[in-house]
Amino acid sequence: MNAKKTTKGLQASTELARADFRAAQRHESFRAFALSVPLLLFLVTTFVLPIGILLWRSIRSPEMDAVMPHLAESLRNWDGLGIPDENVFSALAGDIRSATQAGDLAQVGRRLNLYDAGFRSLLLKTSRRLAGEQSATWTKAITAIDPRWSDHETWRLMKRAAASLTPDYLLAAIDRQVGPDGHISVVASDQRLYLAALARTFWIGAIVTALCLLLGYPVAYLLATLPSRQSNQLMILVIVPFWTSLLVRTTAWYVLLQPNGIINGLIRTLKLMDAPLPLVFNRTGVLIGMTHVLLPFMILANYAVMRGISPLYQRAAVSLGAHPVVAFLRIYLPQTLPGIGAGAFLVFVLAIGYFITPALLGGSGDEMISQLISIQMERQLNWGLAGALSTYLVLFTLAFYFVFNRLVGVDRLRLG
Amino acid sequence: MKKLTASVVAALALSLWFAPLARAEAITITTFGGAFENAVSKAFFEPFTAAEKTEIKKEQYDGGLAKLRAMVEAKTTSWDVLDLESNDAISGCDEGLLQKLDPKSLGDPNDFLPGAVLPCAVASMVWSTVFAYDTTKLKPAPTIIKDFFDLKAFPGKRGLRKNPKVVLEWALLADGVPAASIYKTLATPEGLDRAFSKLDTIKSSVVWWEAGSQPPQLLADGAVAMTQAYNGRIYDAQIKDHKPFKIVWDGQVYDYEWWGIPTGTKNSAIAAKFISFASRPEVISQLSKYIAYAPPRRSAIPKVSPDVLPEMPTAPDNFKNALQLDSNFWADNFDVINKRFLTWLSQ
Repeated sequence: MNAKKTTKGLQASTELARADFRAAQRHESFRAFALSVPLLLFLVTTFVLPIGILLWRSIRSPEMDAVMPHLAESLRNWDGLGIPDENVFSALAGDIRSATQAGDLAQVGRRLNLYDAGFRSLLLKTSRRLAGEQSATWTKAITAIDPRWSDHETWRLMKRAAASLTPDYLLAAIDRQVGPDGHISVVASDQRLYLAALARTFWIGAIVTALCLLLGYPVAYLLATLPSRQSNQLMILVIVPFWTSLLVRTTAWYVLLQPNGIINGLIRTLKLMDAPLPLVFNRTGVLIGMTHVLLPFMILANYAVMRGISPLYQRAAVSLGAHPVVAFLRIYLPQTLPGIGAGAFLVFVLAIGYFITPALLGGSGDEMISQLISIQMERQLNWGLAGALSTYLVLFTLAFYFVFNRLVGVDRLRLG
Repeated sequence: MKKLTASVVAALALSLWFAPLARAEAITITTFGGAFENAVSKAFFEPFTAAEKTEIKKEQYDGGLAKLRAMVEAKTTSWDVLDLESNDAISGCDEGLLQKLDPKSLGDPNDFLPGAVLPCAVASMVWSTVFAYDTTKLKPAPTIIKDFFDLKAFPGKRGLRKNPKVVLEWALLADGVPAASIYKTLATPEGLDRAFSKLDTIKSSVVWWEAGSQPPQLLADGAVAMTQAYNGRIYDAQIKDHKPFKIVWDGQVYDYEWWGIPTGTKNSAIAAKFISFASRPEVISQLSKYIAYAPPRRSAIPKVSPDVLPEMPTAPDNFKNALQLDSNFWADNFDVINKRFLTWLSQ
């Protein structure tokens, strides 16, 4: 009886202790969460939200609704066959007038120029001619201004622009469009820009990654195996460029590589060649510059892994009769795979977003996708297309992230 | 004690009330910076501050309307006057990012060069895209735009801006199309093909540049035999760095630079006052003292110092075969032509 009571009491107190422990744990994790709230908020407002908005822009088409609401409404109700009726024409006339007054007709022009370069001037011309017009039938008045208004194609594209969500930016970003028959087709050959640029971006990224690995791996090995005094001194040579501004390093390469620069000067003095080597304003310049800028990432990622590898295994393999090369390839190399993976991932992901280095050291045909995004963003104000191009870049980066996470594990990603 | 507190509070409140009146007014003027900012500071900003007791804060940007659009959309316009390129002055007005100007505040409209007053912007100066070479390195000397495209008579690399503007106009000019019908020709598919096939003939020898500071550097480094450039930059290199460069004015493509007032600024009245001040003939003519760009007003041209007059894009000798950049053409067609240009570049 007594014993039973004691067991029960013990059980109860264990329960109590457990509950206490859980409460303490909850309290602890809540505190940890509370401490990370500022960072989370910061990340959401400065990172997640802007990227989200940009991606959202790639499928939105708000211009028609905002600037020409009546026209957008009546176009959505139009069956899309032939030429629309007087209702639509009178909505067009009214909306062009109010948009001209508000000064934002060109926003619609820019939206429609995605389909055909003539739209902006067509709208502005129509607006100028409509200024003093008082007409009973708008169809007649407007089609008299420009024959394009009696073309079914003009109206088909207007109707596409009137939809509030559109796939057209995402299609345009891979050189596709929706043709008159409703099927997706490739754009004219002299307008195919983006797919080639995406492929070029990945190709340059892959070569830069391979070059970084080739150059960085031995350096990381050296740093990891040298006595710490020497390795620390050598590490400075890796770290200082890492801390130096990207722009400074790129400009320095321009000075070194240009036709009358230091390298070509040396070649000329040594009479190795007659003509200067074309080292800059071409792919060679881009690869040299980007490899140099990204090399520290590869070295540090590999160094971090190599430092933790005991030299004993390799020594054991050699003492058991393996050739040093075989020991290296079969014992050491597999242990460094996480470092290689992490370095390659970092370098590749950074490389495909590169902008300044290819712009300054590249020539014709070295445009990377970020340069084209910037043209749409800053020069063309076509944020929809900029968003669509960015969407593909983000999707590809995420895809690489998942592949990397599967193969290596993202927890292995560390520098030093 | 209570009385004292009350009077202190009252005094404080009063001083706060009057503080804004006592403070000098200030506006923010945003330009491309560099040599142009220095020139407008001396020619326009300092005299305006002296005359109107208005402080001018300087900011810089790289052109394009993206930043302005973001500010207008967020209703946080912090720029009061903006230095604009033609295409931005036109589309900024079309998109409602710039305020309409009162043409009456600028004086006689016929005193301005043709097209120098837009609904939302007024020209601040005339600048020009020309080509230049190093007299010590290139002999014989090129004299006409055809020479730029003639690799046989003038071997060597060519510097061109990585932008279809001006480059395509030059290709047609060099191919024999008269200046008057350049844009008519460019507007047709055949004309565009013709321009690109002319460019094909020098494509392998072109070094493409992006920033205006690059071409004088390319010339100085000997990286190119001749290069497209902005006349002010070459003039600067000639005068300040004593470089043996020479400008070829044949086929120059000139354009205006603009002042505009962004939508949503709180200081639009002072901004308008500044623009009207900086457009006065006696003020606008001062700019040429500090940079080789010409005033866009007829009555200001005689006021320009005779020393710099021959270096102006508008000097009669330089103006013979000049073409005005058609910004409306480019506003309509830039996107499609630029896409074709970039595709052509990567082939």
